[in-house]
Amino acid sequence: MARNVSTQRKIVVTVVAWTIGILIFFPILWTFLTSFKTEAEAIASPPSLFFFDWTTENYHEVQSRSNYFLHFMNSVVVSVGSTLIGLIIAIPSAWAMAFSPTKRTKDVLMWMLSTKMMPSVGVLVPMYLLFRNTGLLDTRTGLVIVLTLINLPIIIWMLYTYFKEIPGEILEAARMDGASLSKEIIYVLTPMAIPGIASTLLLNIILAWNEAFWTLNLSAAKAAPLTAFIASYSSPEGLFYAKLSAASTMAIAPILILGWFSQKQLVRGLTFGAVK
Amino acid sequence: MATLHTRSAARLMIAPSVLLLLAWMIVPLAMTIYFSFLRYNLLMPGMEEFAGFTNYKYFLTDPAFFQAIFNTLAIVLGVLFITVVGGIALALLLDQPMFGQGIVRILVIAPFLIMPTVAALVWKNMFMNPVNGLFAWIAKLFGLQPFDFLANAPLMSVILIVAWQWLPFATLILLTALQSLDEEQKEAAQMDGAGAWSRFIYLVLPHLSRAITVVILIQTIFLLSVFAEILVTTNGGPGTQSTNLTFLVYAQALLQFDVGGASAGGIIAVILANIVAFFLMRMIGKTLEA
Amino acid sequence: MGSITLSKVSKVFGAHAVIPSIDLDINNGEFVVFVGPSGCGKSTLLRLIAGLEDVSDGDIVIDGKNATELPPAQRGLSMVFQSYALYPHMSVRSNIAFPLKMAGEDKAVIDKKVSDAARVLNLTDYLDRKPRQLSGGQRQRVAIGRAIVRQPKAFLFDEPLSNLDAALRVNMRLEISQLHQDLKTTMIYVTHDQVEAMTMADKIVVLNRGRIEQVGSPLDLYHKPDNLFVAGFIGSPRMNIVSGPAAAAYQAHTMGIRPEHLALSKDSGTWQGTVGVAEHLGSDTFLHVNVDGGVGTVTARVSGDFAVTHGDRVFLTPDPQRVHRFDEKGLAVR
Repeated sequence: MARNVSTQRKIVVTVVAWTIGILIFFPILWTFLTSFKTEAEAIASPPSLFFFDWTTENYHEVQSRSNYFLHFMNSVVVSVGSTLIGLIIAIPSAWAMAFSPTKRTKDVLMWMLSTKMMPSVGVLVPMYLLFRNTGLLDTRTGLVIVLTLINLPIIIWMLYTYFKEIPGEILEAARMDGASLSKEIIYVLTPMAIPGIASTLLLNIILAWNEAFWTLNLSAAKAAPLTAFIASYSSPEGLFYAKLSAASTMAIAPILILGWFSQKQLVRGLTFGAVK
Repeated sequence: MATLHTRSAARLMIAPSVLLLLAWMIVPLAMTIYFSFLRYNLLMPGMEEFAGFTNYKYFLTDPAFFQAIFNTLAIVLGVLFITVVGGIALALLLDQPMFGQGIVRILVIAPFLIMPTVAALVWKNMFMNPVNGLFAWIAKLFGLQPFDFLANAPLMSVILIVAWQWLPFATLILLTALQSLDEEQKEAAQMDGAGAWSRFIYLVLPHLSRAITVVILIQTIFLLSVFAEILVTTNGGPGTQSTNLTFLVYAQALLQFDVGGASAGGIIAVILANIVAFFLMRMIGKTLEA
Repeated sequence: MGSITLSKVSKVFGAHAVIPSIDLDINNGEFVVFVGPSGCGKSTLLRLIAGLEDVSDGDIVIDGKNATELPPAQRGLSMVFQSYALYPHMSVRSNIAFPLKMAGEDKAVIDKKVSDAARVLNLTDYLDRKPRQLSGGQRQRVAIGRAIVRQPKAFLFDEPLSNLDAALRVNMRLEISQLHQDLKTTMIYVTHDQVEAMTMADKIVVLNRGRIEQVGSPLDLYHKPDNLFVAGFIGSPRMNIVSGPAAAAYQAHTMGIRPEHLALSKDSGTWQGTVGVAEHLGSDTFLHVNVDGGVGTVTARVSGDFAVTHGDRVFLTPDPQRVHRFDEKGLAVR
């Protein structure tokens, strides 16, 4: 009896949850499907969900018209580059704060996080002028510099919370065993922190990939990553839904897959370990 | 757990990050402050002159400024409300036993991973467009007049799009927190005769308070500076109906080339953000110490 | 080889002096136990010797050489931590080899020393496992293995048995004592458990609030405690402490008598009282007796054959040779 009720309940929950899940996912699914339609089918009324003539022509079109590959590489270089440089700067800092805390450590961390709260727009003008005058405007280097700086506080915070979970006694054991500071970091800390470092890396690549204030304002045709590339589709030019969809699908697919694989770390990382 | 030796090494290792962030904070900000007191337009190079508080006066008396403040707050509060309430409901649902929970989670988290420009474009064109959008088709199906979302309710539309992007984040964090609720506590409450509703009010909600704080904190940081969604969908319009502070300064600087005015606006945005941040930092300080 | 001398060593955290000032001599080859309640500074003292913390003042001399300013790695000491502090990403072999690798030893030498240590510690079959695949006792042995391969001047143990269950603890206690007999290296062992201190030590250092209360052999401390604190801390069950008129009868402000030094009788004796709880261990019985005349509850240890139950009236007589007398300050009067 009781078993029956709980199975029934489970089925109801399943139906409701799947319905809501599909509704939330629908815009992405719809974009994906539309990318395989012809432009006429894309705006047909009534719209067809699956039963249309599948075509990959839009993808060819997007690549040939606007060099998708260049912007894809810009996105990769900028997001991966800024994350790696950020990690190199952040690992020693997070080490120091986690294992040699002082009275001010908490304040320093808070201050770092607070730089994240400064609205980007407050420094848009000088950054724009600085970039223009130093020739960094519309270059990958420029974007890497800015994204490293804006994500550095998050990288440090995340690493700090991961490092803090490594018991200090193990590092002391290494010290007793005769390891110097650098050997302690290379042989003991880093291998133990690999999972934490990996999820920090992943999360920051996602954040940098999707960053859309600085990339839109500081890049143009040459260094524009996918965020800016897609924005160029905002002014409609005739029949373009299918091509827009194809471009969108290509822009989000890599990061969507990366994100799906790391959803657990995503939560942990973004809450700075406050929610487990 | 530290000796003099490790402490001085530690200081050396923090130095690069601190110096970089300090420079990142001070140099551009100082420049912004300096520009904000100049009459400085990129279209008229070499004409810069000291202007005192003129830029501030101009910016603060601009009716668009108050509209922008209102819109900024509306976006933050509107999105927070939708995502927190919706997130709690969704988290409670996903916490139930069901078939294929992992797949549903994957479906639900997806919007968070979508870049803002793509999200905005997809919603603008394929859903909210009054002629070819899916919403228009549904309206026609019921014999209704299609609604032009972006023209008639631009702010609502922006809030809707941003909320769609952030709902997964809230849901996932709240779900994680929910799953850490001690099963025995729930059973004890059941033994004590608490119904589903009072269990939610007295047990689940207090347990979630920390997670809710985190959601509010982190979303606020990002929501204060929503930009791409507005740029792509409404361009701040019609008029200034969907212009927030970030977009207003952007328009001043890169569309009207008024460096002085934009800098004054930027400083005002920084001051306002600091007021918000002051309260938020106190909140996170308490939350993270607990 | 491994003598350690502390002179006027102090440690101050902020305004709080965890260790006001300590002088202590540890001879080569001695097994010294630091014992005391939690927060007495015993672990801090060990960490000062290890070099994991700086002393605020004073000198630490190891093997005739002033080591106060040396980093931990150069002091020639090994440490076994409470949590074992094994490197979770390394195999047992690499864990034990780690200090040798850091010292830049030859690969052949490392292999030889690791396999020797593994044989001594019964770890040969586990050399390729990771620490998480081992039981608590095995992890403990790996930690010890890592400590002995360096052939240190002295071993430092920081509550190494507190994470083990009771049966294993007794075993490991014996193994560590055995190890000390074999190696004859100085060992400093920190514990809050006075049974461990009594059973293992050549010399016990009783610490309380950062001060040394007494230093001596286990039996010294048992028979001649210098003060009330040591009297109450050493021995199980605890010494009975009585003050007031009952103590005055022994010309003391406070008198102490161990449970095993009370003679029990059903007919006559110095004190009379009612049995509260009787704990039967088989060989012995611990009686908690509510003694009349303001003496209070007294614990007595009697033979397991002594038939008595809750509510019985009994007489107790302290052995006059074994009464400990203390003055108003709690110091022993001899």
